[in-house]
Amino acid sequence: MLDDLDRRLLRHWQAAPEMAAAELGALLELPAARVARRIEKLREAGIVRGVRGVIDWVALGYSVEVSLRFQLEKSVPGAFDAFLAAARDVPEVTQIQTFLGRVDVRLVAIARDLAHWQTLYRDRILALPHISEIEALMHVATVKTDQNLPI
Amino acid sequence: MNGGTEIDATDRAILRVVQANAALSAGAVGRAVGLSQPAAWRRMRRLRDAGILRGRELSLDLDKLGFGVTVFLGIKLAAKGRVGLDDFERAVSAIPEVRQVEHVLGRYDYRLRVTARDLADFERVLRRRIMALPGMGEIESNVMLSEERLPGPL
Repeated sequence: MLDDLDRRLLRHWQAAPEMAAAELGALLELPAARVARRIEKLREAGIVRGVRGVIDWVALGYSVEVSLRFQLEKSVPGAFDAFLAAARDVPEVTQIQTFLGRVDVRLVAIARDLAHWQTLYRDRILALPHISEIEALMHVATVKTDQNLPI
Repeated sequence: MNGGTEIDATDRAILRVVQANAALSAGAVGRAVGLSQPAAWRRMRRLRDAGILRGRELSLDLDKLGFGVTVFLGIKLAAKGRVGLDDFERAVSAIPEVRQVEHVLGRYDYRLRVTARDLADFERVLRRRIMALPGMGEIESNVMLSEERLPGPL
């Protein structure tokens, strides 16, 4: 489905997502209009879903980040859906993943400090429905974050 | 760092719009939140200068690009102190399929996000690269089925 030009375009674009069609065109030695049409095609095909703005939560005062791993009461009908719907309503939750494995669901939640974390954990996280087991991993440092796929 | 930069309700509205679509012009962002183009531009520049609006990332459909499998790994190092954390971090970061490495506190020491073409490809990376890392102890793998990003407390 992807041709060589699509791949080159995506490689350059993912490395510098702030680039517009004109800058990408300069790198690829192609007219900006042609690059813009390619980008449009990649969006229409659903390969490029969009360009997200990245927010630095630490700069906004959220210094605590926790990865919460849940096992759910899977024998309860609708447990997953009820849990996910409730988790989406917690503003401090920034990511939700579901898994095949020992962990059923993972949430990433952020808090201003440990006191805020404690309140959030007691009042909102532990109140989520159908939790069978919960485990928390506190984020210390990001060692590597590489958005670049070997396309 | 503590407390962070003060932002108001209009800034939060701008962040919500830009988070969902960073390709919008200042004019379009302004229209979405009820500001003129210059006012929106000034606020966006301030949010960028404060480091709050850190950058952009492409949201790609990995399946359609041929990366059908994402696995989250929890890793507990076996011999802390003998193998330095630096050695482990350097070695794990050099594996291209390992797209994210986080140092964490709790049941595991590190959390990895691994992207592979399929399960056979993942198994190859796991056996040949990850299990061969220095100081490797316990590993837990969970295959990701779905992922959602939420706006967060804005």
